[in-house]
Amino acid sequence: MASDELFVSGHRGCAGCGMADAVRMVLQEAGPNTVVANATGCLEVMTTAYPETAWKIPWIHAAFENAAAVASGVDVAFKKLGKRENVNILAFAGDGGTFDIGFQALSGMLERGHNITYVVFDNEAYMNTGIQRCSSTPPYASTTTSPAGKVILGKQGRKKPIANIVAAHDIAYTATATIAYPRDLRNKVQKALSADGPSFIHIFSPCPTGWRYPSNMTVEVSRLAVETGIFVLWELEGGDIHNIKVTCKPKEKRKPVEEYFRLQGRFKHLLKHPDIIAQIQKEVDEKCAKYEID
Amino acid sequence: MGEKQVVKGNFATAVAAKLARVDVVPAYPITPSTLFPEQISEYVANGEMDVELLLTESEHSAMSAAIGASAAGARVATATASQGLKLMSEMLFIASGMRLPIVAAIGNRALSAPINIWADHSDSMAERDSGWMQFYAETNQDALDLMLMAFKIAEDHRVLLPAMVGLDAFVLTHTMEGVDVPLQKEVDEFLPPYKPKYTLDVNNPMTFGSFGTPAHYPEFRYQQWDAMWKATDVIDEVFAEFEKKFGRKYEKVSEYMTDDADIIFVTMGSTSGTARAAVRRLRERGIKVGTAKVTVFRPFPFEHIKRLASRAKVLAIFDRAVSQGYGGPLFADISGALINEKERPILLNFIIGLGGRDITFSDFDEIVDVSMKALEKGEAGWPIHWVNLRTDLLGGGD
Repeated sequence: MASDELFVSGHRGCAGCGMADAVRMVLQEAGPNTVVANATGCLEVMTTAYPETAWKIPWIHAAFENAAAVASGVDVAFKKLGKRENVNILAFAGDGGTFDIGFQALSGMLERGHNITYVVFDNEAYMNTGIQRCSSTPPYASTTTSPAGKVILGKQGRKKPIANIVAAHDIAYTATATIAYPRDLRNKVQKALSADGPSFIHIFSPCPTGWRYPSNMTVEVSRLAVETGIFVLWELEGGDIHNIKVTCKPKEKRKPVEEYFRLQGRFKHLLKHPDIIAQIQKEVDEKCAKYEID
Repeated sequence: MGEKQVVKGNFATAVAAKLARVDVVPAYPITPSTLFPEQISEYVANGEMDVELLLTESEHSAMSAAIGASAAGARVATATASQGLKLMSEMLFIASGMRLPIVAAIGNRALSAPINIWADHSDSMAERDSGWMQFYAETNQDALDLMLMAFKIAEDHRVLLPAMVGLDAFVLTHTMEGVDVPLQKEVDEFLPPYKPKYTLDVNNPMTFGSFGTPAHYPEFRYQQWDAMWKATDVIDEVFAEFEKKFGRKYEKVSEYMTDDADIIFVTMGSTSGTARAAVRRLRERGIKVGTAKVTVFRPFPFEHIKRLASRAKVLAIFDRAVSQGYGGPLFADISGALINEKERPILLNFIIGLGGRDITFSDFDEIVDVSMKALEKGEAGWPIHWVNLRTDLLGGGD
């Protein structure tokens, strides 16, 4: 491992953890003059079992729902103490700590205009507690609290469009990213860090344990999410949501969503329901038309 | 010497934060503590205070930001009450577990339901296990002085624990009293800038708030427990230094006319002044009563309570809070503190003044009646009594 790594090996992340890769890339871009406020979740648990730590930057964890508020406190304290210049303040949280329980604190941080980059690592369920549904969980995904049963076929309801909601706060920079497109991800981290004001990056982070696919397929799953149009890579500089710009499109013709579902145990039950797959395909097509992907 | 001003209790806590040169104030408004962030906002708007005022979207975020700011090396103060303290509750335990010397003024107010904005200690009493030191003010002067001392005690490297200063809703928060406001120079001499032991620092990166497995967790808790007991001595040192500097004497438990008293009232907060007046009045009637005010509730003043108990035949313990299914929290702790004493007075508990009901001389007459009867009988009987309860409101029972 290169000596400039700020997120080091030896942590307890699962093999094939998409988030671990993403964290490593984000910190390589941010560099050593960085403080991270981290929400409770997989990332905190797997990296900080006392007396060990995977972090070579100052790092603080307080609770689940408040990474944005803790980071806000660090921001103003550094300002007051004259330590703010050339320091990046990042908030890291999972989808549960962002879409659900930490949503209010996040909204408050954005409204107050802190110069903080908030990064959500979205693995589409409460993975740290054992794969429970979240407002980030996509429709029909089977989780332990939205199991695919005889009557109900997995998660009911939609996936909360978190990055769009965040962008509607009229902040400096908003983007979506995923690890299969590292150059795109790294560019976005740089833009977020240099933005004047709050910035937000939604990183789609496949989870072999929760999504039930082989741990060597994380990058493929990540790429397939983009190539099917399930996950759209975009960025928005400034607060006008009409200026959302797609940054990476599928190289060839968009792939059918079924290819994405077929790889993952959490969607296995859908393969017996071509009508539902067709419905999802229709919705994804509509979304892609809106983003002018095809 | 300072300057005499006539001010509200909330103002006293805000001016204390200003005099303490607090770096960061994260706050969220709630009755009866709102005047604290309002006053700080005014100082900021007028360029009278160099502070980062962080107006959050909830009390939970206010305490979370306090934790971030304190870990970053700032001196941090906030204020809240009642439901706001409940919303902060999760973070209170984390602040103390992370050994962050945050200071909070609590406008002691009743808890919902029913919703009620008046004086009551249920809010902070419910946080007595949160690992925060707890001080209770009798007057607005106490509120100011205890805030100043709280920083010094909390930030002492033998302690490094957060502290809350309770002041009764409206009775203190919104009532004008004469207060000696110390000079900035005097406060600067008493309270030097905060020197944190560990901070978030890009030149010396550390991990704060890590994951503690069973292999390490009890030792974290033990060190916190030990620091709380070390605070017992630090509090005495700081009280003594404060008295020397400002001429005002503070004690963990202050006694009044207890030397020959048969019955001693034990009170907290603003009731303590009423209790002294009641003692003088009852003494005129030849009743041997005294009173003791508990200013420091956490760490619990075991030695003072034992000394007090050795003098009394009845301890009449007032609680402006109730632990449902038990009794008053002060009563519970005093009872526990005396359990191994060979000789103990009769311990009686009086639940009084909940939700801001006035505490009057006639309540003291009722308490003395119950105490005298127990004294004559030589036993407590059922020890928990509700004072001035309107039985007419309690219904017929069908």
